[in-house]
Amino acid sequence: MMTLGRIAANLFWMSRYVERAENMARLLEVGYRMSLTERGEDESSDHLLSMMRAAEVDDIFATKHDVVDVSTVAHFMLFDIDNPSSVRSCLDAARTNAKSVRTAITTDMWESLNSTWIEFSQIHPRQVLGNRLPSFLQWIKQNANQFRGALLGTLMRTDGFAFAQAGGFIERADNTARILDVKYYVLLPQSSEVGGDVDIQQWTMILRAASAHRAYRHLYRDRYRAWNIADFLIFRKEMPRSLAFCVTSVAAMLGMLEQLYGEPSSCHDEAIKMAQRLTTSDMDKVFAEGLHEYLTAFIASNNGLTDAISDSYNFY
Amino acid sequence: MLSNPLAGPGAAIALVADREICSNGRAMRSQGNRGGMSEKKFFDEMLNADGSVRDPYRILGEWLEGQPRQTLRQLSRDAETIFRRLGITFAVYGAQESTERLIPFDVIPRVIAAAEWQLLEKGIEQRVKALNMFLHDIYHDQDIIRAGIVPERLIVQNEAFCPQMIGLNPPRGIYSHIIGVDIVRTGPDEFYVLEDNLRTPSGVSYMLEDREAMMHLVPDLFHKLRVAPVETYPEDLRRTLESVAPDACTGSPNIVVLTPGIYNSAYFEHSFLADQMGATLCEGHDLFVTDGKVYMRTTLGPQRVDVIYRRIDDDFIDPLTFRPDSMLGVPGLFDAYRAGAVTLVNAPGTGIADDKAVYTYVPQIIEFYLGEKPILNNVPTYNCTDDDQRAYVLANLEHLVVKEVHGSGGYGMMVGPAASKKMRAEFAQKIRTRPDNYIVQPTLALSTCPTFTGSGIASRHVDLRPFVLVGDKIRITPGGLTRVALKKGSLVVNSSQGGGTKDTWVLKD
Repeated sequence: MMTLGRIAANLFWMSRYVERAENMARLLEVGYRMSLTERGEDESSDHLLSMMRAAEVDDIFATKHDVVDVSTVAHFMLFDIDNPSSVRSCLDAARTNAKSVRTAITTDMWESLNSTWIEFSQIHPRQVLGNRLPSFLQWIKQNANQFRGALLGTLMRTDGFAFAQAGGFIERADNTARILDVKYYVLLPQSSEVGGDVDIQQWTMILRAASAHRAYRHLYRDRYRAWNIADFLIFRKEMPRSLAFCVTSVAAMLGMLEQLYGEPSSCHDEAIKMAQRLTTSDMDKVFAEGLHEYLTAFIASNNGLTDAISDSYNFY
Repeated sequence: MLSNPLAGPGAAIALVADREICSNGRAMRSQGNRGGMSEKKFFDEMLNADGSVRDPYRILGEWLEGQPRQTLRQLSRDAETIFRRLGITFAVYGAQESTERLIPFDVIPRVIAAAEWQLLEKGIEQRVKALNMFLHDIYHDQDIIRAGIVPERLIVQNEAFCPQMIGLNPPRGIYSHIIGVDIVRTGPDEFYVLEDNLRTPSGVSYMLEDREAMMHLVPDLFHKLRVAPVETYPEDLRRTLESVAPDACTGSPNIVVLTPGIYNSAYFEHSFLADQMGATLCEGHDLFVTDGKVYMRTTLGPQRVDVIYRRIDDDFIDPLTFRPDSMLGVPGLFDAYRAGAVTLVNAPGTGIADDKAVYTYVPQIIEFYLGEKPILNNVPTYNCTDDDQRAYVLANLEHLVVKEVHGSGGYGMMVGPAASKKMRAEFAQKIRTRPDNYIVQPTLALSTCPTFTGSGIASRHVDLRPFVLVGDKIRITPGGLTRVALKKGSLVVNSSQGGGTKDTWVLKD
């Protein structure tokens, strides 16, 4: 079996960009909801800013805009090509990657991605900024789901599949860690004692961004507690957006590559170690270390894993 | 750079003196021994002069008669859906271009009888055999020049001549493995070759997609007619490529398709063929040369490459040997090829055999190497450096087609019957100034086929590009790409000028 390193990289990044486009829509959805319920303009812009900080695009935004309001931020997050993480930029990047590997993906996958891209580029921002924003964000998520469905339902389980899946899970883990990190201060044990309405709203926001506010109830059968929320998004393997789930999935994909190629890889070892750290640790240890420090370290090692995969499999 | 897959020589082909000219009695004069084009009106591939249906079209004709216009319209719409689903949508690069990228498809197939095809097949085989022998000779002993048949000046001063190929021995002595011969028909047994396309011909993906669409659209017709399959092409291509692997390659050769990349207009075809053959689709930077061997960069490290079906023009394949500014090629590739470590398909330098000036010598080339009379006609071509011929040309420009020797895709050409007085005067001046830069041909009466148009079934002009593979043996896919001028009265089959495609049905005996 022979796959070009470039093709493997294209598959990996294709999935990452689709995942990122979806996550940008999720983040924006949360920012939008928060700003709707917030009375003061300052608080509203605080939420939007922290949301952009999570996406690590706050600096670019600051160089372009003085005003932080919903429509400016939404335009920036959705349509601005100067923002490398805007949904448009992500879809462009995903599609360019897919186009380079057309022989390695299925027609279903291509058509799903291409039609999303075509429809998205035909949309004028005026049509969707405002009241129609929620349904537009919903549309983006649905399209990402459709692409993922096409991938799972039609792609051969060869090395290309493993690369595509590994990319998607790494991106998702990155996103979950960032969402948690932005709001880590409301999850600190001290603040959980305050337990005011504002905190609860912020926790809801975090869970919503991960499509997990209802799943939380089913799993914990309790009201929102900071401790549980962090536990849910970091350690719970039932939760498909948790760090533990994502890292375990990446490790599984790298294991699949090892088997297919019949050669051990150092990136697989690294992923297994990361997954082990997540399964043997718990919230006590995390809070002892500091949630922010813990997440920062996770994001760094997650990036390190991408580098290790790129090295092991000759991405270029 | 590579051009639109269907922008081949269509524009450069010639057209026909239209009916008016014929009826005005200004039709082409007889040309003595110059191959004599017929003066009668266009040959209709379906109908005889008395309106009866020609035998190969009998079943199709009956079928067409039973189809209300509405059904054909629905079939046309279905065809578009099928093309999008089958993968032509892959060619839809941008939203704005989406309509342009779907090349119009006509649902009425073109039918070629078994005997007609056998004639074409023989003629094509003879031609590609001779042209490959010519290439071998030109890059070795140049016997044909020494025999005084082809002038030396025409070869060594030709831009298409590739001095780097001198003395090089490609596997099996084959230079052009993948060929698309452009043919027009003017009568029941009259076929003319317009161009040989020995470099990197395109369009084969349309042949395959058109058939695929027809099998979906009119399966009942396939039951009634015995149509020779074209689906074997990808397998034939693979076998051809395998058969020309370097001698040093033992075991199953690793074959790749080398593309300029996703921004190339023929990228769809490149990925389609790679996919169909199960070959890796590579760009230049995916390959590298070390110790005289070619490798591709894979997830498991470097993997040896044995055969490269390259869809990059000669000039761009290796910046160390050809154009140094090429970003598309592979540095050192040509040296590896020279050393026999890899096979390039087609070989560089094949353009010398499909050059427009060399084209006029093909009949002599066939006789010289094979000792046979050419089976297919060359379009008679006037040599403007000859005083008598130039005088004739200048006196008859309104009936003639003028082509620049190195032009392609319709650039630098003039179609006499369609040109303005001013344009004809300009070309007359150009021919006087640089007679060796132009070839001149009579306008050909392209045959017509029934075609579904907005106002029902009507006759439209067609040409044909059969696809030929040369390896351990010569494989010619029965059929090819039929291009059709969809506009009423139009004689230009180019997709850029309102041309479309048709499926081509070669009947089995």
